[in-house]
Amino acid sequence: MTKRALAVAASPPRRRSKYTLAPLVLIAANVVLFGLFFVWPAVIGLVYSFTNYTGVGAFQFIGLDNYHNLFGDSTFYDALTRTLLYAVLFVPLNFALSLAAANLVVSKHAKGVTVARVIFFIPWLLSPIVVGVLWRWLFGENFGLVNYVIEKLGGSAVPWQSNADLSLLVVVMAASWAWTGFSMLLFIAAIKNVPVSYYEAAALDGAGPWRQFVSITLPSIAPTSFIVILLNTINAMKEYPLFVSLNNGGPGTSNNLLVQYIYQTGFQRGQIGYASAASFVLMLILMAVAIVQLIVNRRVENR
Amino acid sequence: MTTTDIPRPVEKGSGPAVPRKRSRGAATGGLRQAVSATTLLWILACLYGLPVLWFVLSSLKPASDLFSYPLSLVPHNPTLSGYLTAWRSANFSQYFINTTIVCVITTILTVGVSCCTGYALAKYDNKWLKVFFICILATTMLPSEVMLAPEFLVVRNLGLYNSFAGIILPAVLTATGCFMFRQFFLTVPDELVEAARIDGARELSIFLRIMVPLSRPIMLTLAILSFQWRWNDYIWPLLMLNDPNKFTVQIGIQSIVGAQNINWSVLLGASVISMIPLIVIFLVFQRYVMGADINAGLKD
Repeated sequence: MTKRALAVAASPPRRRSKYTLAPLVLIAANVVLFGLFFVWPAVIGLVYSFTNYTGVGAFQFIGLDNYHNLFGDSTFYDALTRTLLYAVLFVPLNFALSLAAANLVVSKHAKGVTVARVIFFIPWLLSPIVVGVLWRWLFGENFGLVNYVIEKLGGSAVPWQSNADLSLLVVVMAASWAWTGFSMLLFIAAIKNVPVSYYEAAALDGAGPWRQFVSITLPSIAPTSFIVILLNTINAMKEYPLFVSLNNGGPGTSNNLLVQYIYQTGFQRGQIGYASAASFVLMLILMAVAIVQLIVNRRVENR
Repeated sequence: MTTTDIPRPVEKGSGPAVPRKRSRGAATGGLRQAVSATTLLWILACLYGLPVLWFVLSSLKPASDLFSYPLSLVPHNPTLSGYLTAWRSANFSQYFINTTIVCVITTILTVGVSCCTGYALAKYDNKWLKVFFICILATTMLPSEVMLAPEFLVVRNLGLYNSFAGIILPAVLTATGCFMFRQFFLTVPDELVEAARIDGARELSIFLRIMVPLSRPIMLTLAILSFQWRWNDYIWPLLMLNDPNKFTVQIGIQSIVGAQNINWSVLLGASVISMIPLIVIFLVFQRYVMGADINAGLKD
């Protein structure tokens, strides 16, 4: 600190000018990209959401009509509730699985940890499209391995594809499976951060592994838990390719989520203005999620 | 938002010490614990590994055996015919080359730009740099899926529709990359910069000669992440590309899935081929991903 103060005192004017120019040069590329691909779309998206723009030609401002129609549109409501239901199912399942995986991988009682960690991580490398194909192959009604095993065990074939709720359940399982590796990495880093002395003290007091997990690990990794939950919520709200390849939003249109709805209205029916309004509703939801994240994070940091 | 686990060095030192001390303390129950922990670990690992194993083994079966009962885990007469048909049919090899070009260019640009930005955010103290940092934070909260239609119009107005540049440029700015480099450069002592300044080095040459070589591990980590994002990206290339000769692998696979009658033999082959590059990269550079200081603010 003193060294720095001395250096600054030695030649303040030259330093000052360089301090503005050099960082500006360094961030220039990202500033341009930010302006082009973030600010510009956000602004015209907001403007178009008040118009009847179709992507070509002239457009008129129609005030809040798009938003008004949106809230009267049952397809939009279905997509919105289905997306929220998906998030509510996916986030806890992924949380539990990745926390379990992280704990087992960190535990030195377990053998073969290195290999297991790679196995947990590989699904994250697969694209959502391939994950969808893979689970479609496993849960095919007439040909899938899962139904084959169920029938071998004496059960009857489960309609994984033709029942809307079971179909959603398969996507939830597939997504939790695919995202475990990533959440697990975050949890591993957090668990390794917990001071050893806590566990030693707890062991001396006779606390078993489960007690140690509930009373030490869980409270200590709370900030990471929040981040995993909120990142996954955002991921769930914008899920699209997994549904497309696993069941194409089906059966029928029962599992069409928000992004698919936006894609279909905007690009297949050409109602750019209307799709922009739907986008802004999704944006408001994500912003609410992000604000919760910021508030919670700040509270945890100030603790 | 990014400060979940800053004290990495300390934790790295204490990490290995945990089990040693704990197992010594609980030597009596140690064996039972080891057995149950190992069993649980491998039950879970099987749940994660078996789907992939079943998928890959199925892809080795000849098309006629795919649906023949009873299903067998190991193919009776393994064949690569599914792969060969997939590779030859429907421009798949062209898709593969396209995706590789897009991924490599995007990754190089992302790493370079993020490195510059992360360094500026970590080592310079300016009001407008702080503002820009908040702007970058904002991009994590608003992923491109949210602004699908307007972003499409912007790229179209820039004349980038149906070109690789239209997929590459919007993907270059990633908050995750900037965060990772910022976090790393914060750990580099300021004295290093000051010393170089006293020796008369110019700001940008300090960055290029001293800081860039230092950040090589972070570069690799981000490169792997970026490659994964772009390789697996589906919706943006789907919107941007119109010419079938420019399609990416994911679009190719989805077009097989979307067909009236799915040709499972080709689909399995194509899917497994598309998995190979990422799995190879991951296995080679594993420690850069597994040991990485990945924290919040990650998006794809």
